[in-house]
Amino acid sequence: MLEYENALKCITSGKCLTVYLEGDIDHHNARTVRSRIDTKIYIQRPEELILDLSRVNFMDSSGLGLILGRYTKAVELGILFKVANPSPQIRKILDLAGTERLIKIENIPLREQRMY
Amino acid sequence: MKSTVVNEVRLAFPSVSANEAFARSAAASFCAQLNPTFDELSDIKCAVSEAVTNAIVHGYRDALGEVQLSMKITDDRVFRAEIKDKGCGISDVEEAMRPLFTTDPENERSGMGFTIIENFMDSLRVVSAPGKGTRVIITKKLSMLPRVKG
Repeated sequence: MLEYENALKCITSGKCLTVYLEGDIDHHNARTVRSRIDTKIYIQRPEELILDLSRVNFMDSSGLGLILGRYTKAVELGILFKVANPSPQIRKILDLAGTERLIKIENIPLREQRMY
Repeated sequence: MKSTVVNEVRLAFPSVSANEAFARSAAASFCAQLNPTFDELSDIKCAVSEAVTNAIVHGYRDALGEVQLSMKITDDRVFRAEIKDKGCGISDVEEAMRPLFTTDPENERSGMGFTIIENFMDSLRVVSAPGKGTRVIITKKLSMLPRVKG
């Protein structure tokens, strides 16, 4: 089911919530994105949360903070958390912080993505 | 051999967060004349974004001030940027540069800003003292690419 929750693109499939982040994730907009995702999580209480980064053009350490923060929240709520489709540039940032020790990072081929 | 400055630009803007995107876009536009690779451009955008965000979030924590971004390119294809604020300054620069160190974990600051800059650029220098503001100087030498014309 496709929804636009406060301009956040989400797809719910069973108990899995996929959030498609878009554009630039920096300090300027991280707070808004964070509260939109958290609102969605609290309302929906999924068993699995996937942050899909395929549509993110730019991300810096503020985006990293956002991802690690959602991971912490997911752990608190007993939600399985994954990050999908980071660009090579974003992947470099995730690797610098050793993110993969905590978070599963998946590359889901486009054709297998549930299109909206 | 001493390198010669072939172009330079100086920008000044208030420490509002909307200017983070402006600053990194300006850096990317300025660099474009060197024909950087996509990766080099992404690295520079990210490093400038980190340094400008630091000035806005930490330098001018509870105040509004001016952030200066000065950029130069030299004939040996080196990009140099200086990000300067007149904010609160850093008492322990070494500690601030340590991976995962942050003074602001409540706002989900990852503490990875300086680490990212160090990894994405060739050099990083931080000059700061409490009450004296902060200067962050970063450089990156861009690769020589064989350009095929026509």
